[in-house]
Amino acid sequence: MAIVSSAGELPLKNQNDIVLGRQAVRRLALEQGFSLVDQTKLVTAASELARNAVIYGGGGELKWEMLVDGARRGVRLVFEDHGPGIPDIEKAMTDGWTSGNGLGLGLTGARRLVNEFELQTTVGVGTRVTIIRWK
Amino acid sequence: MSEKLPISALLQKRRSQIQAQWLEQLATASSSKSGVVAREDVRRQADDFLKVFNQAVDSGHVADLNGAAWADVRHFLEELSRQRVLAGFAADETAAFIFSLKRPLFDALRQESLSDPQRFAEDAWGVTMLLDQLGLYTVKTAQRAREEVINRQQQELLELSTPVVKLWDGILALPMIGTLDSARTQIVMESLLQKIVDTESQIAILDITGVPTVDTLVAQHLLKTVTALRLMGAECIISGVRPQIAQTIVHLGVDLQGVTTKASLADALALAMKRIGFAVTRQ
Amino acid sequence: MDRIPILRMGDFLLVTLQVDMHDQLALRLQDDLTNMIHAKGAKGVLIDISALEMVDSFMGRMIADISGMARILDARTVLVGMQPPVAITLVELGLSLPGVETALNVERGVQLLNRALA
Repeated sequence: MAIVSSAGELPLKNQNDIVLGRQAVRRLALEQGFSLVDQTKLVTAASELARNAVIYGGGGELKWEMLVDGARRGVRLVFEDHGPGIPDIEKAMTDGWTSGNGLGLGLTGARRLVNEFELQTTVGVGTRVTIIRWK
Repeated sequence: MSEKLPISALLQKRRSQIQAQWLEQLATASSSKSGVVAREDVRRQADDFLKVFNQAVDSGHVADLNGAAWADVRHFLEELSRQRVLAGFAADETAAFIFSLKRPLFDALRQESLSDPQRFAEDAWGVTMLLDQLGLYTVKTAQRAREEVINRQQQELLELSTPVVKLWDGILALPMIGTLDSARTQIVMESLLQKIVDTESQIAILDITGVPTVDTLVAQHLLKTVTALRLMGAECIISGVRPQIAQTIVHLGVDLQGVTTKASLADALALAMKRIGFAVTRQ
Repeated sequence: MDRIPILRMGDFLLVTLQVDMHDQLALRLQDDLTNMIHAKGAKGVLIDISALEMVDSFMGRMIADISGMARILDARTVLVGMQPPVAITLVELGLSLPGVETALNVERGVQLLNRALA
């Protein structure tokens, strides 16, 4: 059973917030003792998802939690927006490198960079993506 | 329920007796491991444990071992587990540290409640519950600590078995031995790429002579390494390609993306030298 | 209004990406770069990312776009200085940046361009 040792929230309203969000995630990963490569993977995943929330989702929040599960340490990030939602998840999740808005790549890419990935979306209500990276 | 257990009063009154008896128990508990940890260290650990144990019990929160009141005890047990694992103890041998505290506590309780057997039964039950929980927690942390050690050793073994060798100025070679799984590939990529930066090399020769089979997954891992190298501006040559591997690659429809392949490391080296502008002449 | 400086190195242009870029800055860079390639008749563009600790799909797309635009203007682009963690992450992301040439550092990038244009 993972325990949350600390948590916080950041707005994701504009481009600047994406930058701030990345920096915050870098600090979290550093604090949890992630290797440089693992830090980079988490920060990159966060960048993709934050960008989705701001640009496709019309803005939202990033909720972060530092996890402790016995000897294991991790970081959980929840990206939530109140945008249009994703109508066709399967299509969105197939690699679409050349797709115009890059939404597909953001999701599948982020998924490959983390240990746990969960996507919840409702058309017209919004989208929530939860990712966890363990040390 | 948040009331002070009799353990609190017990420890206050009979601390030294309990501690002495406990140390005796510990000395005989796991005979195979007696002597591995120095007597002085065991004494110190018992002392430290009783200190944090006392504080936790005094707080009155005995229902929830996950709570803040027991944080220090948990940390102590985690640290103890780590040390014991490194000393070669199994999980149950480590937990004996906690379980051998039962007898001394029971004896002390009995002495305190000579006139009240009912009271003794209730208190003894409380002590058993508490120590069982702590003992189980210790077993859990010891198992986890053991897993951590094994993982770390595996990691180190992986790193040792994928040494990056500098063949010449600007040419690195990586003899890959054994199966190529994703954990291995990660390590390979990390150490190889870093070496490229450190030595400012231009060409990396991946020798797969020692890789038994190449299936789709292995091919994927190889390609990942090749791509990462290319992104950093280094070239890649794959050597040690056996006939079966060539067949597999074609059958699988794997696209080697223009990477040159050579049958032997020697051939790969000759090509690499030429590519970076060296000509070898015999004297 | 901030913009990323573009340095001139003979026939080549050098851009050093350092800042956490946002959309506007990226678009401005593409604009400035294409204008400069045209104005100076540059034959090569070096994009130095040695200071970037992260490259996501947006950045990757931007780099690929710059490379494409430069090619149409008859200039070659070389991406230099990618850090190992970034390379590993990009590969995991599934971004291989095909069509973008790479070199270990600026010096090697210049050598590459010189050889290609010889």
